[in-house]
Amino acid sequence: MAGGDSAAVSAVEGRLSELSTNSEEKGLPRRGKSSSGRTLNTAQIQLVASHPEVYEPCDDSFALVDALLSDKAQLLTLKPRLCMEIGCGSGYVITSLAIMLRQLGSGTQYLATDINQHAVETTQATLEAHGVHADVIATDIVSGLEKRLHGLVDVVVVNPPYVPTPEEEIECNGIASSWAGGLNGRQVIDRILPAVRELLSERGWLYMIALEDNDPLDICHLMNEKGYASRVLLKRCTEEESLYVLKFWQDAASGTNASHAARSPRSESSWLSQLPFKSLWHKNA
Amino acid sequence: MRLLTHNMLASNARGASTGYPLKLQVVKWTTKEAEPNADFLRGMLPKLDWAALVAATHSLGLPGLLPESPPTDAELSADGAADDEGSALRRLHRALLEIHIEEGTLVCPDTERCFPISKGVPNMLLHEDEVRN
Ligand SMILES: C[S@@+](CC[C@H](N)C(=O)[O-])C[C@H]1O[C@@H](n2cnc3c(N)ncnc32)[C@H](O)[C@@H]1O
Repeated sequence: MAGGDSAAVSAVEGRLSELSTNSEEKGLPRRGKSSSGRTLNTAQIQLVASHPEVYEPCDDSFALVDALLSDKAQLLTLKPRLCMEIGCGSGYVITSLAIMLRQLGSGTQYLATDINQHAVETTQATLEAHGVHADVIATDIVSGLEKRLHGLVDVVVVNPPYVPTPEEEIECNGIASSWAGGLNGRQVIDRILPAVRELLSERGWLYMIALEDNDPLDICHLMNEKGYASRVLLKRCTEEESLYVLKFWQDAASGTNASHAARSPRSESSWLSQLPFKSLWHKNA
Repeated sequence: MRLLTHNMLASNARGASTGYPLKLQVVKWTTKEAEPNADFLRGMLPKLDWAALVAATHSLGLPGLLPESPPTDAELSADGAADDEGSALRRLHRALLEIHIEEGTLVCPDTERCFPISKGVPNMLLHEDEVRN
C-alpha cells in the first residue's frame, strides 16, 4: 500500500473514546520478548542501556514502537530524509526506528534530543549497542535547531512527559522530568507541538503518545487549526492508563472548508471515524 | 555529533544575534564508514550552509576535503562517483556523515558561550537566565 495513503484521510478522525483503531488492546503489552519479528525490527530490551535517572522503556515506549511498526511500510515508502525523536530517554524508540528503517541506509539520518544529560548518554550507548547511529543532543525540546532545521524533518516521534502533576515538578531535574507534565499533563506537550510544526517538512509526519487525561481530541483540534490532519494509530489500555499513539500530517483541507467527500475512505476504521469528527469540525470552522 | 548536525545547530544564548555558525574546537574525532547515498546528499545540498561546513572541516585540520564552492548536482550524480574515493560525492559524504566529533567545544560566535561536546553529545542546555528572550 502506498505511503501517501494515510495522508489521503483528511482531518481529525473521530471522538477518541468511540474510535475503532488499527489495534486496540487490553492488558499489558509484551515486554519486547515476543515474536522474533518484533526483535528483528526493534531494539532489544537486554541491549538497552540504563541509568537510575533515566526513564526505562515502559508501556508507553512499547506502544509507540508498536505503532511505528504498524506504519513501517508507509515509512519505507516515505523514505524520510531526517527523522527526529524529542525526549529520547533510554534511546529505545529512536534505536527501534533506525533498525526498522535500516534498509534506507544513509538515505535516512536520525537526530535525538533530551533535556536530561544522563538520558542523552544512555541513548548514545543504546544506539551503539545496536550498531545504528543518531546524532544525540542535550537540549530543551529542539532549542538550537529550530532555525536551520525549519521544514526539513520528515518524521518526528515523541513520547512526552504526559502525567498530570503539580507545575513545580516539571522544573525538577532528573527522573521526575521524564513524566511530569503539569496541568492535565499538557505543559510540555503544548510547548513541543509548535516546535514540531516548525521543523516538519510539508510531507512530514509526527507520531506522539498521549494519555486520555491529556485530552487527545483537543490536541488533534489544535493541530487541525494549524493545518494538520490526524489519526489514532493505536490505543492501548493498561491498568493505570489509556494510551493513544496519534499520527499527524499536513493536510491542505484541514483548517479550511474543503470538501471531504472527494476523498475515498481508505479503511473501515477511518471511514467510520470521520463522521463524528465532521460535526465537531464544522462547529469550529 | 556529525558535521551535518553542526551545520544545523545554533546558540540560543542571551545576547546572541544569529548564534550561527558555532565555532568548532575539536579535541577528538573519529571516522565511521557508511555507504554514500547520492539522493540524500543531493537533497541536503541546497539546505546546507556551505561556508559553515567548509569552516568546520578546516577546524578539523582537513582543509583539502571540500572545495570552496559547493559541488553541482551533476557532479554529485556523476557515474561511478560513489566508488571513486576522490569524487565530490564521496567527499561530501565523508564530511557530513562519516566524521564523528567525540570531544570538543562549540562556541557561540556572538557571545563566546561554550557548549561542551562530550562522548559525542553536544550539550546545548542553558540556565534559565541565559536563554535568549
Ligand atoms: C516518557 S519519557 C520517554 C523516554 C523514551 N523516549 C521512551 O519512550 O522510553 C520522556 C522523556 O522526555 C524528556 N524530556 C522532558 N522534558 C523535556 C524537554 N523540555 N526537552 C527535551 N526532552 C524532555 C525526559 O527527560 C524523558 O527522557
